[in-house]
Amino acid sequence: MKIHLKVWRQKGPEDKGCMEDHTLDDVSSEMSFLEMMDVLNQKLIKEGHDPVTFDHDCREGICGSCSMVINGDPHGPQKATTTCQLHMRAFKDGETIYVEPWKAKAFPVIKDLMVDRSSFDRIQAAGGYVSVSTGNAPDANAIAIPKLTSDEAFLSATCIGCGACVAACKNASAMLFVSAKVSHLDLLPQGQEETHLRTQRMVAQMDEEGFGACTNTGSCSAACPKEIKLENIARMNRRYTGSQIKSS
Amino acid sequence: MIKFLKSSIGSKQVIGLAGLGLAVFVFAHMAGNMLIFVSPEAYNKYGHALTSNPLIYFAEAGLVAIFLGHVILSLWLSWKNWKSRGSQAYTYKKPKKTKASLASRTMWAQGLVILVFIILHLLTFKFANDGYYVEYGGEKMRDLHRLMIEVFQQPLYVVGYTFCLLLLWGHLSHGVSSVFQSLGMTGERSAPAVKTIGWIYALVVCLGFISQPLYVYFFYSA
Repeated sequence: MKIHLKVWRQKGPEDKGCMEDHTLDDVSSEMSFLEMMDVLNQKLIKEGHDPVTFDHDCREGICGSCSMVINGDPHGPQKATTTCQLHMRAFKDGETIYVEPWKAKAFPVIKDLMVDRSSFDRIQAAGGYVSVSTGNAPDANAIAIPKLTSDEAFLSATCIGCGACVAACKNASAMLFVSAKVSHLDLLPQGQEETHLRTQRMVAQMDEEGFGACTNTGSCSAACPKEIKLENIARMNRRYTGSQIKSS
Repeated sequence: MIKFLKSSIGSKQVIGLAGLGLAVFVFAHMAGNMLIFVSPEAYNKYGHALTSNPLIYFAEAGLVAIFLGHVILSLWLSWKNWKSRGSQAYTYKKPKKTKASLASRTMWAQGLVILVFIILHLLTFKFANDGYYVEYGGEKMRDLHRLMIEVFQQPLYVVGYTFCLLLLWGHLSHGVSSVFQSLGMTGERSAPAVKTIGWIYALVVCLGFISQPLYVYFFYSA
């Protein structure tokens, strides 16, 4: 395959950045998108240029490291797929592909396609945990949890914290991420003890980091590689109001 | 309370609740104005009954407060959201349709046009210095029917009015259902139903309003 690339290049957080054109002549349709980027980088290194910086780790679609806006879509055009699991067969021979970083005030660009997502870590650290001592692993049936509830909690827990929701949202809102983290703990008995404090702290940190508010467009859920549902946001809204009433 | 109002969730909920109050008002306003299809007397008497009731001042003050709360908080939140996106937009402009509806993506723009429309609407009808009066059973009252007929016989006004009402349809179709999501009252199964109800509510309100100038312009004869 012949692929024309327009890749975002930015030397550092203060640099203005611009798109840079590259052409790759011999791309296999079986390559993953990141492998294609590796080929581009090898070419750049051989030519004596600076390779394109991008985040990646597991390349199995579970770590949430890869973060590229491909042709305007976070993680590219394929539904429920991370960039590392996207293959070049999803594109046409001779196609021009735009590759850009997540763009949000709370995700400043470190270099090229790599952004600083430590704001997500700080939100998680603000309350996304269970502090009650649960001791050793109890008997599996000691605490009865309905199947539907545990399924819902697990579905929320599949959020890999990649930030595609923020990248897709016109307001750069992190509500889908935060609500998934709130939900997966709140739905289970061990997490319910701290539900009010957790929601208040995580929402306060989310606002502090400069993420926007949710205007219910649904772009986040559509872009999410793990298909986290909008219902999580409704649940978090409900919890937040409840926590405010309780604490006042 | 201030902390709640300043939070992204709290401010959105207050905007939504105020918007819901305004949505109920526009429905009542539309339903009352449908008296245009009954008779000039019914229309004028309805207007007079509303404005001559001393409670109207409290109702108007409440409405203005809700309206200002909705507008000011919305502008503040839109500005905050705009700042959150960062200074740079994506270079690639998506040609395909996104999942997000046009109405949901342009709420602030629709809101600003509707704001200008409401100001002009109040100047045209409520604060008009027309001097049109009529008497029914010895009671003198404003001849709002005559004013409305005159205004709705101007083609430019009818086109502008219809356009603004179509924007209101978009605004309500997203807003009415969105408030229930913001308040956390929707679930996986109820969300699509709530969305449909919001859409139908908006349609009913706007068709009701639009039917009035169209009726006057195309079919009314004194």
